[in-house]
Amino acid sequence: MGFIRNTFDKYKPLFDKGGKLEKFAPGFNAFDTLVFVPNHTTHEGAHIRDGVDLKRVMVTVIFAMIPALLFGMWNVGYQHFSQLGEAGTFLDYLLYGSFKFIPMIAVSYGVGLGIEFAFGIFRGHEINEGYLVSGMLIPLIMPIDLPLWMLGVSVAFAVLIGKEAFGGTGMNILNPALVARAFAYFSYAPSMSGDKVWVADASTVDAISGETILGSLASGNSELSYSVLDMFLGFIPGSVGETSVLMILIGAAFLYFTGVASWRIMLSSLVGGAVMALLFNLVGVAYPENALLNFPWWQHLMVGGFAFAIVFMATDPVSGAQTNKGKWVYGFLIGFLGIMIRIINPAYPEGIMMSILLLNVFAPTIDHYVIEGNIKKRKKRLKTA
Amino acid sequence: MAEEKEALFSKKNKALLTDPLDDNNPISVQVLGICSALAITVQLKPALVMSLAVLFVIIASNVIVSLIRNLIPSRIRIIVQLLIVASLVILVDQILKAYAYDVSKELSVFVGLIITNCIVMGRLEAFALANGPWKSFLDGVGNGAGYAFILVLVAFFRELLGSGKLMGFEVLGHKAKTLAESTGVYSFGYENNGFMLLSPMALITVGIIIWIQRARNRKLIEN
Repeated sequence: MGFIRNTFDKYKPLFDKGGKLEKFAPGFNAFDTLVFVPNHTTHEGAHIRDGVDLKRVMVTVIFAMIPALLFGMWNVGYQHFSQLGEAGTFLDYLLYGSFKFIPMIAVSYGVGLGIEFAFGIFRGHEINEGYLVSGMLIPLIMPIDLPLWMLGVSVAFAVLIGKEAFGGTGMNILNPALVARAFAYFSYAPSMSGDKVWVADASTVDAISGETILGSLASGNSELSYSVLDMFLGFIPGSVGETSVLMILIGAAFLYFTGVASWRIMLSSLVGGAVMALLFNLVGVAYPENALLNFPWWQHLMVGGFAFAIVFMATDPVSGAQTNKGKWVYGFLIGFLGIMIRIINPAYPEGIMMSILLLNVFAPTIDHYVIEGNIKKRKKRLKTA
Repeated sequence: MAEEKEALFSKKNKALLTDPLDDNNPISVQVLGICSALAITVQLKPALVMSLAVLFVIIASNVIVSLIRNLIPSRIRIIVQLLIVASLVILVDQILKAYAYDVSKELSVFVGLIITNCIVMGRLEAFALANGPWKSFLDGVGNGAGYAFILVLVAFFRELLGSGKLMGFEVLGHKAKTLAESTGVYSFGYENNGFMLLSPMALITVGIIIWIQRARNRKLIEN
């Protein structure tokens, strides 16, 4: 540790006011504070402070993603080998998966942080660490076979239009990771959906059943080749991070115990999704040929990106609702609308992306009414007292 | 009363021409005429034709209204202006139908909707009613060109990135079924951006233009 600190201190004068590389100070500080807790102290007023700053929060979220990430990499290899009918060992799967997935992480961080650094230096503000989480989320919610340049373009769009246009980290109205995915989905639809993209290198083989569960349900096929346990543990095709509900739950527990993500949003989204799926199940009795309608409600919550999205993206503290009551409404509607879009519009096999983006837009309105309601209640109390 | 003789291209008159191109652009600064900018910018050709049509209507109506500005009773001026604009729009529509039927079909209702284009009415109300014909002419050219500039710029990017063409020509190469048969950038695995063909992307493109313009021209930034 001492060695790293010394290296930083050695070069620090270069970046200080009047130093040679003064312009690049935001870049330098970003690395410094990533490695070490910054030694700023508050100058005015009384504040309670601890070591938690934005960067620590972001790193916590990344830690929570690691189980899903590692499992996702293994699953990439597993899906590839099993679909191609080849045998492999645990290590084969993991190596193959990391070989496919690590370039995606590299592109995501390379492009995204590149733009953030450029903006930081150009606008002369410190680099915000908001991209640390988005940069990890984006490859996790993309199909493994997405060409890297498409990933790069989507990331650039998300950072530029989704974030920097609104003023950078903390100012964005939409979740940047979902902006990237929505952009890729509408721009390069053939690479974002269908039965070929979810299994690595599947496009080279003709006879393959690489469809996601939702994809095959949407096409009317109710005979699934996966058991419920497969869905829960994640041995199914899908975006890299979304398949294993178990690993996502571990992440969710970690987020809950560190207090980083709102349990209200997670719980209410789950309830919203369950209610909607249950309603559709009841309606589905009348339409036995519709496989999506008749898919059991509790299994709806386990397939697709539902679990991953409500744990890691609906809980985004920037774009989500801020008030506690608002969080209940916000979360419930995310789950509710997500399942509704999924079932009613098979053109969007995963509706949770749309519903979170939609509710991101409505979050300030929800908060507004919660606050107004509170003011009204207090005024009334004042009058009666 | 003898009016002070002003040079044809005095500084003031030049500003009439150049202001709407940048500092006072009807689309990117005044945010008028957005609907047509979103609707007909998928390809360059209709955008060009639309720009020319609007340019013609703005110039002609500006000059005509300016010529008769002292005869119009101010109570019914809107009706008079509408009549003039409407006749001009019908003229344009008929000419397009006669000589460029394909484009006219593509533009469909949007040619007729020039009459509701706020830029046209806005210039008549704000400028032509109070200024002489020459100045009104310059103002019409300036605003029409300002509109055309943004329209063509948006259409250029949307057609290039959305379908890989410009004016219908495959400038980026030909995309065939397989990678080996494709030419140009498509042989490297490039693909067209389908999002560019949807109208939200027109809005975002206009937004980016506004962003760049204001980053360059700081006095346009509102507080």
